[in-house]
Order: sequence, then C-alpha cells, then structure tokens
Amino acid sequence: MKARIHVTLKNGVLDPQGKAIEHALGNMGFDGVEAARQGKYIELDLKSTDRASAEKEVDEMCRKLLANTVIENYSIELE
Amino acid sequence: MKSAVIVFPGSNCDRDMAVALEKITGQKPLMVWHQEYDFDKVDFIALPGGFSYGDYLRCGAMSARSHIMKEVIKRAEAGVPTFGVCNGFQILTETGLLPGALMRNAGLHFVCKDVKMTVENADTMFTSAYAAGEEITIPVAHHDGNYFADTETLDRLEGEGQVAFKYNEDINGAQRRIAGITNAKGNVLGMMPHPERMIEPALGGSDGRKLFESVMNRLG
Amino acid sequence: MNNGNEIKITPELVKEHGLNEEEYARIVSAMGREPNYTELGIYSVMWSEHCSYKSSRFHLKKLPTKAPWVIQGPGENAGVIDIGDGQAAIFKMESHNHPSYIEPYQGAATGVGGILRDVFTMGARPVANMNALRFGEPDHPKTRHLLAGVVEGIGGYGNCVGVPTVGGETNFDESYNGNILVNAMTVGLADTDKIFYCAAAGVGNPVVYVGSKTGRDGIHGATMASAEFTEDSEEKRPTVQVGDPFTEKLLIEACLELMATDAIIAIQDMGAAGLTSSSVEMASKGGVGFELDLDQVPQREANMLPYEMMLSESQERMLMVLKPGREDMAKKIFEKWELDFAVIGHITDTGNLTLKFGGEVVGDMPINSLVEDAPEYERPYVPTPKRDAVDVDAPADLGKAVMDLIGGPNLCSRRWIWEQYDHMVMGDTIQRPGGDAAVVRVHGTEKALAISTDVTPRYCYADPVEGGRQAVAETWRNITAVGATPLAITNCLNFGNPERKDIMGQFVGCLEGMGEACRALDYPIVSGNVSLYNETNGSGILPTPAIGGVGVMADSNKMATIALKGAGQTVVLIGETKNELGASLYQKQILGKNEGCPPHVDLDIERRNGDFVRALIENGQVSTCHDLSDGGLIAALADMAIAGRVGVSVNVEGDLPLHVVLLSETQARYLVATDAETAETIRKEAKDAGIPVAVLGETGGDRLTVNGGVLDLALSDLTAAHEGWMPNYMAKEPLSA
Repeated sequence: MKARIHVTLKNGVLDPQGKAIEHALGNMGFDGVEAARQGKYIELDLKSTDRASAEKEVDEMCRKLLANTVIENYSIELE
Repeated sequence: MKSAVIVFPGSNCDRDMAVALEKITGQKPLMVWHQEYDFDKVDFIALPGGFSYGDYLRCGAMSARSHIMKEVIKRAEAGVPTFGVCNGFQILTETGLLPGALMRNAGLHFVCKDVKMTVENADTMFTSAYAAGEEITIPVAHHDGNYFADTETLDRLEGEGQVAFKYNEDINGAQRRIAGITNAKGNVLGMMPHPERMIEPALGGSDGRKLFESVMNRLG
Repeated sequence: MNNGNEIKITPELVKEHGLNEEEYARIVSAMGREPNYTELGIYSVMWSEHCSYKSSRFHLKKLPTKAPWVIQGPGENAGVIDIGDGQAAIFKMESHNHPSYIEPYQGAATGVGGILRDVFTMGARPVANMNALRFGEPDHPKTRHLLAGVVEGIGGYGNCVGVPTVGGETNFDESYNGNILVNAMTVGLADTDKIFYCAAAGVGNPVVYVGSKTGRDGIHGATMASAEFTEDSEEKRPTVQVGDPFTEKLLIEACLELMATDAIIAIQDMGAAGLTSSSVEMASKGGVGFELDLDQVPQREANMLPYEMMLSESQERMLMVLKPGREDMAKKIFEKWELDFAVIGHITDTGNLTLKFGGEVVGDMPINSLVEDAPEYERPYVPTPKRDAVDVDAPADLGKAVMDLIGGPNLCSRRWIWEQYDHMVMGDTIQRPGGDAAVVRVHGTEKALAISTDVTPRYCYADPVEGGRQAVAETWRNITAVGATPLAITNCLNFGNPERKDIMGQFVGCLEGMGEACRALDYPIVSGNVSLYNETNGSGILPTPAIGGVGVMADSNKMATIALKGAGQTVVLIGETKNELGASLYQKQILGKNEGCPPHVDLDIERRNGDFVRALIENGQVSTCHDLSDGGLIAALADMAIAGRVGVSVNVEGDLPLHVVLLSETQARYLVATDAETAETIRKEAKDAGIPVAVLGETGGDRLTVNGGVLDLALSDLTAAHEGWMPNYMAKEPLSA
C-alpha cells in the first residue's frame, strides 16, 4: 500500500518561501495567483494491507516525525 | 565542570564548542558520538551547531528522535544544564524541551554575520555573568533561525523571563526578535547565535565567554 | 546477459564520444582490436580534454613547480607545501563552469564537493574554501539567476560540511554571458608524515569503494566539460550531478579516521569520469593492473550497465587500496559513519584494467594506453598583438566617476555574497572576507595561512603575457599585504576553444607570463586545472587564468587589515605611480573601452616593494595595509576608509593629471597607515632602499578628500554606494532577494 503525505505550514504561520513564489509568479506575469504556500510531499511504500491500521500508523509517523505540529499540518492519502 | 558535547552525523561546530569549553573551563569535554547513549555523568551537556542529518526533512528533526536524545531529555528533565546552539537549538525545539519552532529565515538566505543582541534576562544560570540589558555581539550562521511560537507561548516566555536574548535588529524574521530561550525550569537554553565563536579578540570579540562563565560560576 | 557491449561501434558513436578518427585509430592500435562499447566510453573520458590535458600538457610542462618547501607538485590530487613545524598545507583549485551554467546551484555545490575531496583524499583536514566567480554583464537576463544559484550552491555545500568559505572574487563581463566561470579552491592541513598518495601497490591487495552509491548522474560530464557550448546544451540537464554535503561530511570524518591508522596504501577520489579515472590513475601511478568486479559496486539504480557504472559521476565516492587483512577494521569505521563500503576488486600484475560483470569480462584495456597514449597536441597559435601605451581621457566629473566605480558592479562590497557563506566555522578565521587575503589560523597555534584568488582578465586579453604575470603577482601582493610570506599557487586556467589560433595564443602567452612571475617571486605552481572550450556560439570568454595563492605568517597577532584604525593616522603610499590607464577598470567601466597596453609588471620591483611592506608588518610598524589594484589609489583609499569607518584627507603631487594619479593601475603599490612618527621612519627607510614613497595625508573626519577638496566625498555616501549595489541589484531576482 502506498501512503501519500502532504505537509504544509499551518494557516497563520508566515511562509517566506511561499511568499517568494507568489511574488515571482506575479513578476513573471502570472497575475492570477492570490496566494502560494510551499510544503512537502512524502511517499511511503507500506508493508501493511489493512487500511485502518495503516492509517493509524502513518498518522503516528506524521505526528512523531514527518510533521512538526507546532507549525505544520499534514494530510494522508492511502491507496 | 565536566561537560559533554553530543556529536550527531553532520554536526560541524562540535570542535568549536569543545575548544571553547576547554579554554574557558580548563577541562576537555567528553565528545559523545550519538550511538554512545550511556555516556558518563556530566555537569553540562552541549548540543553543537551544524547540519545534523543534513538538515533533511526539517532541521534537527531526525536528531531529536535519536536514542541519545532520549537520554539527554531524561538528564535535562532531571536538572542537568543543557545548552543547544543553532542546530542544537533546533534539536531542542524538535524534542519539545523548548517550545516553538525554528523556520526558514524570512530573507530566505543563509546568514552569517556578527549581530548585536541584548541580554533580556541576566538571572538565568547561563546569563548571570552578564548585566541585565547588556548589549553583546555574537555571530549567527544559519538558514533556519526564524523563531516561531503562538502568541500565548510568546507572552508566557516573555512573562516568565524565559527569553534570554533578543536581537537588536530583525535578522531572520524571528518573532519578537527572539534569539535564545530557556525552559520554564531554567536549566535548558537554546539560542541561534554562536557564543562559542566569540571567545577571543582574534576572532572578533569575547562576548561569548560570559555565557560559559555563568554556568561555571553556578556549578562551582 | 545484456551488458551494453552488444551496441555496435559506428563512426557516429565514436564521434559522439568526442573522439576524432585519428584518435580512434590510436585506440584500435593500442588495443590491437576494436574497443567494445564499455571500452569506448572509458577511452573517451580518459582522452577527453578534461582528463588528458591534450591541448595544454605541452605548455604546462614549462611552468615552474619546484621549491625547497614543495612536497608535492602537480600530478596528484592536490599540491602539498611544507609550512614548518611538521605541518603541510594541501590545496588545489578546480573549475565547474559548464555544470554551473546549466544548473547553477548543483553545479557550484558539486564543484565545492569535488575540490574538498581532492584535498582530504591526501590526508588533509580541509580548513578553508575560496572561489573565483565570473558572470556575464549585470544587465544580461540570466546573470542574476546564475549568481543567486551559484552563491547558494557554494554556501549550501560548504556550510553543511562545516568548512568555512573565507573569500574569493566575483566579477562581471559580457564575455561570460553564455559561459560563466565557477572556480572553487580548498586548502587543507595535514602532518607532513601523514600525506596520502594515489599510487596503488601490492598485487592481490583489495580495491575498496566507499561513500555514496553509484547512480546514472553525470554520465558524460567529463566530455561535456570539453565541448563547446551550443544553445541546446541547456537541454542536457539530466547529466548534471547532485551533491550531498551531508554524506561528504561523513566521508571526510570516516576517511580521516581511517587515515589515522596504517591501513591505507593508496586513495583517490572519484571526480570527473568517476570510477574510470580514479582506478586508471591509481593503477597507472603504481605501475600495476586493476581487476574490478562491477557487480560489487554499490548501486543506487536498477539495471546499470558497466558503461554507466564506469562513467557515472555520482558524487561523494572514493576508491582505496588497503593493506591485506585490514578490510574489516576499515569497514567498521565506514559503517559507524553509515557509508557504503565494498571490496570491488584487487590489484593484478597484468598492467590492464579488467572489468567483470555477470561473471564475464566486459572490458580489458592496457592502463598505459589509457594514460600515456592519450594524444598530446601542440596546437598552432598566434601571439596576441602587442598594444601601444595610450593616454586615457579624464572623466567629465571625477567625483561621479569615483562614486560609480566604488558603487558599481566591479568594486562594490561582496557582503551580499559572503554573508551567505559560513566563513567562521572551525573557529580559526582571523581575517574574514572583504580584505586583501583571507587569513585562517593553523589550529592550536599562532601561525596562520593567508589565501587569495586573483586574475584580471582585462589585462590577459590586452596582453596575455603581462596578464599572466599580473595574476600571479596580484595574489603574491594580496598575501603580502596581510603580512604573510607567499609560498605557492594553484590555478584554474579558463580559456576558449584551443583549436582557434588566437585563443591558443592567449593560453600560451598567459602561461609564459605566469611562469616568469612564479620564477621571479619563488612562488611555484603546485596544482591546477585547465578548462578549455569556454565559449558559446563561437564567442570566447576573456582569458581567465585564475590564480589561488597560499602564504604563511609566523605570528598572526601581527596581521594587517585594510581598515583604517581611527583618526590621526598617517597614510603612506609605497611604490611609484605611472601613467597606466590602458585596460584599466576606469577605462572599461566609465569609458566603455579596453584599449592600450595594460600596466607593466616589473617583477624585481614587485618583489622589492612587497618584501619591504611585509617587513613593516612583521616588525609591528604597520597593522593597516592595502594593495592597489582595480580602480587604483582612489579605490584603495575608499576601501580603507569604508572598512575603518573613518575619513581620510590626502594630497597628491607630481606631474601626472589627477585622474591618472587616482585611477592608474600601476602595479607593486601599497597603502599603509600608521602613527606619524612611524610613518616618517618608514619614509626614510623606503628612501634609503630606493623605493618610491609618498606621505599622502591623515585619517580623520567623515569625508574622503583629495588635494584640499578637488575631490571631496562624504564617507556615508561612499559607504551607501559601496554596500548598496549588490543587494539592490539582487533584489530584482524574485526567489533570491
């Protein structure tokens, strides 16, 4: 089973990289961008075939290592 | 004063920290490789700067979950003075020993320069040799030193005297220009600037010495 | 089994490998048969310009490489000089031009990684990184992006491995618009009895691979660096290697730990042409054969062919020959540092490089032919025509011209760059970037190394011989100006297409001038690198033989810096000023021309004046000193005032027009500042020694004033212009502001 994890900065946490991207896109003439946020994408190949237990396990991985919940949110997709 | 410098793969200010400790305390610190969890009892633990685990994932994230940090946390909670500089500070926030997080500099660049900062609390075990409000110059060298915490935490840190140092000017976007903080108990200090790089005039100044001297005075 | 050798060798394939018909015929004759695909690849990289120096070898042999303090000259991974007390400085400079143009961050980063490996391979702990960077004109649409990426890459790598980047030079010129130069230099320290070389020895001894795994990155990097650029080279992105400074840091520590034992017979880093050039060089130097079992090579990707493994330029890898029976001990060290360790072969007495894969021999080539049969070309050349001396017009507004120079792209502060480099880690940087030379203490002593990288391509273009002399002399002068004794140089010779006679003439001329200067100053060349074919669509770069000089000072407490130290100091000019504005920065930047002959370098005067100034510093008579170079006297005065945050007022006399006195780039000149009494002593001593000397004026106030106000600039304006140019310029690079 594959887990796809997106880690993003929480709303309200200043994202200097996102701001720079937004600014750069604007300068390049892409004026349809209202905001940009930069995050991380992590892909895991899991041994588990059981969805419920995998979800629980990956959630724990996120809380314990993959995301810093002081500043970051995460979302998990399993397939 | 018997001290230990914890060395992770990718630490690179471990030697600088050891040189400073030896010069100031007169005693060579124990260099502890991260796999040596059961290192000797020491009076002072230093987490040096560098790029442990290459700063991959997040600065300090992997080191914070290492076995040796379980031991360091245990000893810090038992009251052993514990000091993290730069990557060491990042590790301390990642373990939760210190609140908040260190994010990418607001200017996005790595920044290496001398900065002026103010001793906000001269009553801690790490700052007692300084005068309250003393302005000191210490270099920074980091890419991720932008201190973040929620308003409530920031208020608490300031209210309880846990903010040890503040930058005089904004250099990295840190909230309330925070450069270094202690835990509530006051035995854990994390800071982005490198006092171990300012210990003799040839290097540009000696303002870093008093930090180590403060701890020495306390420990006798 | 599919091993790549089923691919048929066709004339097109040979051509794609950068080999001409004659070279291919040479291979067939050396082997006594047609090479297979794997072998063709190996020959092509070994015989590339990058590895074989086929266009340059003939001329390089003429350079002086010896002195009593030279332990190892060119031919090893890096040069080694004796700095006394049983210690050696080990250093080299290398180019990473093409990769940095294609992908500036990774190109520059891996350039730093490669040069670090060249130095720690020899047993040295790297203690300082330097660089020499050239970009296109500031207004060129790619310049900002390239500059931002290169600086970030150099910092990203050097900061992470924890070796301070202590200085360098950065310049702009339109000739680099399509072909930037990224030259990186590393200096390391070792004990003289603990230096490691690459000559393999001992039939049967294990050949060991350590470091990162091998992937497909960088395949054909070495041949790419030897081919001219065309517009579509930008499509060749996948061949660019990616650096991992974290692994490099571990590799440094693991290698130095193993080097502290007696297990290593020979060691070599895998640089350009990776496993091929490292194994061939080790075997060739030792006069032995190598048999490699490619199935044992740690691989990052599936189904790699022998050709790919041999040509891969994956970073952070080393090859070693160990004493028999030491494998387990060595393996433990590398496992502690979480690095791959694999015995991939052994030494043979066949004199061949023999490659096995899937139980079959897939390549078998005489080592001799790979190295010694490589073609050597004595390419035809025409010397650059000599230019006459010219009188250069005065500016319409002298004050504005000075302001434009000090606050312009070529003389402005590089703070924006070096604040992105950790220049203090390791705790021995006692002269930070921004001075004449970087100074790094020898750890645990009062001794220090002084390091400077220099070249003035404008001069090299105007007169290659004079430019070659000047490049060497300027590093010598910069090292002298901090109070150190210059000992030896490394170089990075960046030129255009050597198959063009005029370009080859530049190359030959520059080398002639460099050789003369090295001999006259007792300042030999101990290592170096040649980068040819630096041109895009037929337009070549200015000839750029970048020189990296290293010197030593016994007592670093006496070191001089450029900053004026407070008011009331007397400023003294040492050396004669002549009417030499040809090919000057003033002429180029303000008048937009490069005409006339460049300043003449008289090496006897250079030495005499330099030795005099160094003695002043060593005697403690002077702790403020700056050499004069681009922008002449006025630029040097401005630098010193800005750095010291104090004004200065000078009077210049003589028959030369004022703009010549202030902007001429006559060589062998220094400004020193000291108390009035000492200044008078210095004046007398100089007079007695027959050295032209002039007491110019005094420090104080907050203005830079010449001849009572003929030129009068506020220090605050100068400082703002000097510090402002680069941050303002880079603010327009959105992701890097």
